[in-house]
Amino acid sequence: MTDRPSANDPEVAARHTEYWRRNIRYMGILLTVWFVVSFGFGILLAEPLNAFTVPGTGFPLGFWFAQQGSIYVFVVLIFVYVRLMNRLDREFGVDEGGTA
Amino acid sequence: MTVQSWTFLLVAASFALYIGIAIWSRASTTKDFYVAGGGVSPLANGMATAADWMSAASFISMAGLISFMGYDGTVYLMGWTGGYVLLALCLAPYLRKFGAFTVPDFVGDRYYSQLARVVADICAIFVSFTYVAGQMRGVGIVFGRFLEVDINTGVYIGMAIVFFYAVLGGMKGITYTQVAQYCVLIFAYMVPAIFLSMMIAGNPIPQLGFGGADTSTGVALLERLNGLHQELGFAAYTSGTKSTLDVFFITAALMVGTAGLPHVIIRFYTVPRVRDARLSVGYALIFIALLYTTAPAIAVFARTNLITSVSEAPYSEVPEWFTKWEETGLLAFDDVNGDGLIQFVGPDSPLTNELTVDRDIMVLANPEIAGLPDWVVGLVAAGGLAAALSTAAGLLLVVSSAVSHDLLKRTFMPEITEKGELLAARISAGVAVMVAGYFGINPPGFVAQVVAFAFGLAAASFFPVIILGIFSKRTTREGAILGMVTGVTITAAYIVYFALMHPELNNADNWWFGISPEGFGTVGMLVNFAITMVVSRFTPEPPVHVRVLVESIRIPRGAGEAHEISA
Repeated sequence: MTDRPSANDPEVAARHTEYWRRNIRYMGILLTVWFVVSFGFGILLAEPLNAFTVPGTGFPLGFWFAQQGSIYVFVVLIFVYVRLMNRLDREFGVDEGGTA
Repeated sequence: MTVQSWTFLLVAASFALYIGIAIWSRASTTKDFYVAGGGVSPLANGMATAADWMSAASFISMAGLISFMGYDGTVYLMGWTGGYVLLALCLAPYLRKFGAFTVPDFVGDRYYSQLARVVADICAIFVSFTYVAGQMRGVGIVFGRFLEVDINTGVYIGMAIVFFYAVLGGMKGITYTQVAQYCVLIFAYMVPAIFLSMMIAGNPIPQLGFGGADTSTGVALLERLNGLHQELGFAAYTSGTKSTLDVFFITAALMVGTAGLPHVIIRFYTVPRVRDARLSVGYALIFIALLYTTAPAIAVFARTNLITSVSEAPYSEVPEWFTKWEETGLLAFDDVNGDGLIQFVGPDSPLTNELTVDRDIMVLANPEIAGLPDWVVGLVAAGGLAAALSTAAGLLLVVSSAVSHDLLKRTFMPEITEKGELLAARISAGVAVMVAGYFGINPPGFVAQVVAFAFGLAAASFFPVIILGIFSKRTTREGAILGMVTGVTITAAYIVYFALMHPELNNADNWWFGISPEGFGTVGMLVNFAITMVVSRFTPEPPVHVRVLVESIRIPRGAGEAHEISA
């Protein structure tokens, strides 16, 4: 905790508030995708989606989202978040420096 | 070489590797013991997290369960992977920045209360113990079948091994051992899956194979399986039988429970920086997803194989694997109509079912059912042991740190020396191994419910208070304690009532709104959120130093090493 932001510096405080607001917005968007794909396509809409199959395969679409697609989307979401946040950290000068 | 000598060889070789690593990386300080010195690379940590997370349940039971549940098996697939998104976005980076050793540490400091710390500590110990009992049982089953020793002897062997490397190595030993265990278990899982996928679907990638066409008939595999199911009176494989609402609640409880499990959360204290914590969750999920997307493929192959090889087959001509598993009692045939043929049928069939198959044997028996080479069978045994041992070790570490760090050092004996604390940690790990072994030998008759209990409790206790602790500065000590206690109590009451006191009432007609005990953790979590937020409104604001603490964990810069924080 060597360089904890000084709570007395209004400029630093405002920058941190803005950083946090952007972080919350990214989270909101990514969690919406997370919910729609898993709980939406994989569970609530699985039955109607099963009327279609994934093109070129024998997978009913709802079943595929539930047992395959949602998991791939989860992985992608985390890596998108990592990229967005690394960029945001640098933009606001709150990254931790160093390489590797 | 026979199946048994291959098993001996592969199991012995993998164990020699784990023990070698444990000796090479043994812990010398409490920081090594609890968080591996905080210097593990995100990739290694991701692999270790995956091994830590994927237990005997994932490796041995899950594909078998899905194979019998069809679409309903989705609750495990999404439930046990989706939680990592919550972990990466909402928990891991902030807990890493906070930078203490354990989950009760966070709860105690954020809520400026020893009582909150003790409540969290008790939850952590209970959740970990219920979980570890099932692991030791899994070890016993694998040894029992493949080394042809008594299940209890198998449990003793497992106890000795876990004791050796968890107690000596601590988190540092465990982390590097788990990296090796991940490699063993994923290799052991993929090899038979690829073989099966080639044989049945003619495609080396199982994830694609089970959506393809059957090589013998040319019909899509899932369509054929649905047809077989209909013929034999089972529900369609791709639709399942659970209500949509129940699937929703169980999935949510498992996801949130995953994100709240202490042995998963503490893994993210071991990486050097906040951004490593984020990245590390991503790697962990890739490694987990490899197994979790393969499992439904194995489930479909195993189901098809089982039906086509036993349905209407004469009992006098059953293959060797059938007789061997019959001896363990996990497979049973009762010729009700006396025709000498095996009728394997579902609830909608006019015939009576004559074959009972324990779901836990599907993955272990699968290579034999498909007639794969003997070394593959031995490999699966080594993989199952790697999965069970890695998770057991991670959980034992949580128990030992909960006792030596949170109870002794932070609560009752603050003047304990570093050496004394390390000794206490080792002794409590040793005692925990004994207790876990006891439950492995005398398992409570309801292992599945107990595991659901662990997730439900984690979801209903930790998740809301950690989330609110990070995202709402207004959340107070009173709110958090009341929320945790209420959430845990109603979840536990509901599960105990249906699973232990009145198992005869445990069906959809009696459940509240049709939510099964497995899914009730979601309700407990929502209640916890509501109570914590409402009570926080009406109690005095948290002190200034806590608000400063929350501001600081939201900003990555200055994470430093895992350390003690003065409360």
